[in-house]
Amino acid sequence: MPAFVIGIIVAVQEFYLLAGRALRNIFRKPHYSDDIVLQMDYIGVGSLPIVILTGFFSGAVMSLQLARALAKWGQKGQVGTAVSITLVRELGPALTSLMVAGRNSSGMASELGSMKVTEQIDAMRALGTDPIQKLVTPRLIATCVVLPLLTIIADFVGVFGGYVVASGLLDVSPRTYWTTAWQALVWNDLAQGLLKPFVFAFIIALVGCYYGLRASGGTQGVGRATTQAMVAASVLIFVLTFFLTRIFTSQLVSPS
Amino acid sequence: MAAETAKSIIRFDHVHVSFDEEPALRDVSFEVFEGGSRIILGAAGSGKTVVLKTALGLVRPDSGSVYLFGQDITQMTEQELFDVRSKVGMLFQESALFDSLTIEENVAYPLLNQKAIQCPFEEVESRVTEALHFVELDQTLARFPSELSGGMRRRAAIARAVVSGPPLLLYDSPTAGLDPITAHTIMALIIKERDLSNTTTLIVTHRYQDGNLVANFRYNPDNGKLVPARGNGYQPQLRTRFFVLREGEIVFDGTQAELEASPDPYISKFRRQVGG
Repeated sequence: MPAFVIGIIVAVQEFYLLAGRALRNIFRKPHYSDDIVLQMDYIGVGSLPIVILTGFFSGAVMSLQLARALAKWGQKGQVGTAVSITLVRELGPALTSLMVAGRNSSGMASELGSMKVTEQIDAMRALGTDPIQKLVTPRLIATCVVLPLLTIIADFVGVFGGYVVASGLLDVSPRTYWTTAWQALVWNDLAQGLLKPFVFAFIIALVGCYYGLRASGGTQGVGRATTQAMVAASVLIFVLTFFLTRIFTSQLVSPS
Repeated sequence: MAAETAKSIIRFDHVHVSFDEEPALRDVSFEVFEGGSRIILGAAGSGKTVVLKTALGLVRPDSGSVYLFGQDITQMTEQELFDVRSKVGMLFQESALFDSLTIEENVAYPLLNQKAIQCPFEEVESRVTEALHFVELDQTLARFPSELSGGMRRRAAIARAVVSGPPLLLYDSPTAGLDPITAHTIMALIIKERDLSNTTTLIVTHRYQDGNLVANFRYNPDNGKLVPARGNGYQPQLRTRFFVLREGEIVFDGTQAELEASPDPYISKFRRQVGG
């Protein structure tokens, strides 16, 4: 078998082992609750500004773009429907996760990678601490908790951004906008809008930690790990969002 | 030899280690007894660090066995290893202090995190102060590792290694990258710890003079300096043995006198550095 194929298989295996250990440690003592809170603050509160900005402008730009298409059929008033569905179902989770992946997958990879190349991970093991329990599990839990919350904020800010454009530039009345935006949503939209970020949180935390923990070769290796983590996490988010959407849309379309 | 009757602390039995199919250690066998000192010499990349990491169970051998305090650690799970590791202090090459913790928290780390140690919470502070006093870093408690110089970081890392009073200490290149005066201070601390606590010591180094100090000097508690270890029936020479590693193989194992008599050009390369 060619060496690169073996390399990929080994990498996937290592990733699953890491994921398995990180999940198992959620139910094992000791629990590092301080680290979980610290990471929640860092990932959640720290990502708030970029999530709000991207949310607002993606809503605003959706409003602008879709209004033109809708105007063709004289349905400019329906812009709220289009904005809220696209944001809640797709753009809110995907853009928020991509932003957090860019910020935190790479952050985790560089932090853990630096610890790895300066032997701090070895020191941790030598001093009686499981690095996965101490470093990976808190990051995983924190990301899983805050990413859906960040997505809700991004969704709301995005719909608001759409409203600002709709009422300011497109002459859609606020009442029409908010009513259509609200009535467009069904439970299925909310379910997939919240399940997606939860799944992506696993990707963001585990990919970041995985690349960090396998960094080698000094500062150059840390740089490489950081880049790889961000690229891998972003690509996986795109791939997974397709499959998750496929599952949810097939449910919605199938006769009930 | 008197040491033969002493308790075996570390034993390597035909240990092979490789990384990505590249052999790092080949058929390494040796034994260190209680109270003994071992100096591991070797060029960069000869596998010196791997010996220490294998001894601690951080690296698993491909074949062969490693016994630590008489227990075979090659078969242990990571959780079981934590208990054995609590009896070992290790100084890592780049100190490996945790960047996010203060010096005080770093030194307290083994006391608070090693289950087998069970240090009462009230005692932690006094033991940390004591360990930092031992390495003469009393004023640095609240500072972060990045605020200290390389030599101070090394000393803080020694404090972290000795704070729990482990019977075995592993030092990975304790003097690498330090100026000669600081290097001497670090070696004096290592000898001080060995002589005051009677610990078994493994030192990896590429400087022969470090080994020379360990073999021929002792700590004088009266004036706090190193003095030649002659008289008083104290002969660390008998307890200090040297290894030379080349490309993962032990090419020499013996006393300082034997090392100095060796005609092998690779081995004598280390010897010639004396005073340099």
